Amino acid sequence: MTTTMERPSLTVRTPAPPPRRKRRPRHLVYGVLVVAAVLTVMPFVWMLLGSVKPDAEIRADPGGWLPHAITLENYRQWFGALGIGTFLRNSLIVAAVTVLGNLLFCSMVGYALAKLSFPGRRVLFVLVMVVLMVPGVVTFVPLFVVVARLHLVDTYAGLILPFLTSPTGVFLMRQYMRSIPDEMIEAARIDGAGELRIFARVVLPLCGPPLATLGILQFLASWNNFLWPLVVAQSRDRYTLPVALSLYSTGEQATDYGLLLAGSVLVIAPIVALFVALQRWFVQGVATAGLK
Amino acid sequence: MTVAARRRQGLVAWGFALPFVAVFGLFMLVPLAGSVLMSFTDFRSSDVTTPWAVDLVGLDQYTALLGDPRFRRALLNTGYFVLVGIPLTMTVALALAMALNSGINRFRTAFRVGFYTPVVTSVVAVAVVWRFILQPDGLLNRLLATAGITGPDWLHSTVWAMPSLIAMAAWRNMGTLMVIFLAGLQALPSEVTEAAAADGASAWQRFRHVTLPLLRPTLLLGGVLISVVYLQFFEEPYVMTRGGPLDATLSATYYTFDQFGFGRYGAASAASYVLFVVIAAVSLLQFRLLRARD
Repeated sequence: MTTTMERPSLTVRTPAPPPRRKRRPRHLVYGVLVVAAVLTVMPFVWMLLGSVKPDAEIRADPGGWLPHAITLENYRQWFGALGIGTFLRNSLIVAAVTVLGNLLFCSMVGYALAKLSFPGRRVLFVLVMVVLMVPGVVTFVPLFVVVARLHLVDTYAGLILPFLTSPTGVFLMRQYMRSIPDEMIEAARIDGAGELRIFARVVLPLCGPPLATLGILQFLASWNNFLWPLVVAQSRDRYTLPVALSLYSTGEQATDYGLLLAGSVLVIAPIVALFVALQRWFVQGVATAGLK
Repeated sequence: MTVAARRRQGLVAWGFALPFVAVFGLFMLVPLAGSVLMSFTDFRSSDVTTPWAVDLVGLDQYTALLGDPRFRRALLNTGYFVLVGIPLTMTVALALAMALNSGINRFRTAFRVGFYTPVVTSVVAVAVVWRFILQPDGLLNRLLATAGITGPDWLHSTVWAMPSLIAMAAWRNMGTLMVIFLAGLQALPSEVTEAAAADGASAWQRFRHVTLPLLRPTLLLGGVLISVVYLQFFEEPYVMTRGGPLDATLSATYYTFDQFGFGRYGAASAASYVLFVVIAAVSLLQFRLLRARD
């Protein structure tokens, strides 16, 4: 997959090493990298191995690696009695709607800010930049008050609406769209195309890279979002995966370690799979936007 | 453009902006304005249905806050986390980026994926396994035992709980910085380091006097990004230690969330503004320090 996609400019591979370099330091670099990579990935490997152990084995040997007896009982319990399907569905619904909303609404306002002149444009952009710099903790409490006043606590709307657009997304789309030549838009206008048509047929098709970046960033943020759904989702029917896992890890199942590890694998597996498949885009997004 | 055409474009533009403006106004601007107002009132959870009935208390929330030893402790803990955590994370990330940029080609993508994976994973899930690693008879202490060291009960020690969380945060965040630094390194002209090498500069001299100064804008960006995240640190203590033992890992954001949990919304807002001012000041200071020498 590494050669099929267009290579973004910032992640271009380094050119061939200078010819006079000695071989020995190369081994040293590989040695350091391998050790660091093993240490980094070790918790995930241990998690995966632990998730197929019976609880008694983990309890008897908490530092052990290879399972003596492999069991899928932990996973069976998640899909059976614990009803992970509900949480999985909730996480997917919230993430999907959040991503779609961001892609559509941020690119719409991004287009207006980048290419149309209208009264209030500067004010709107300044407000977006101000909110971009405000840390989440500042608005958390009054945001909850707003959502509670609108009777959206414990609803999908309460989980989704506050994240349906994002100042980061607006900034990203606006910056990219500014690089689209005005002549293209003018030409379409002269051909009689309406603004909606220009946006959908001329501008959006050119915005693949920032849309990919924005979509990935928002999916990641939504899937891993924890504090907001913990406060807003109050019944089992609305829990997202991280909320369910965190409640189980402090609730009555808190001592069933095998179950907790299996739950962790189930929360992490989809996002890691997505990341490995799209890693070039993930990395490009972080590198170009400087955002997480 | 004629007046009519301009007016038409203005309407169309606001049409494009409308969905964003609605969400942005209701769920971002209103809470932002609300947080300022709330921090000057005695707003409590019971006032949600009658928000205009609260009393103005002026700066009382702020003075009460600064007089609260728990809040001062939370600020100190946040300072500890930031002052140790940021240099550590940035050093590790820069070392990894330098290693990946040193001309190796094999397994480059695999390494990058490995180092970045902690960034994309849910903190709740990751906490489960980190608690195992750090428990008294867990992986880490077993490793230390092979070297003849008896490790402490990391998460229940007032001394070791914070360093444990710092290590976990560095592990979770180094990937982001590594990617940013790698992009910065790849944008550097290779002729400069090659010229320095031709002049007989050692590897360390090349790094210290050529690469590092050229990389300053990238380091600045990474530093500002990571300090905004670290100053708000909350998730690690929430999932690992609940701020304990004995408030040893209570952070400023954790304190805010505590006040929220107790129903003291006014106090929570005031605490978040103190933190906001600190974050803004630190970001500004970093820009000053790193820009000044250009």
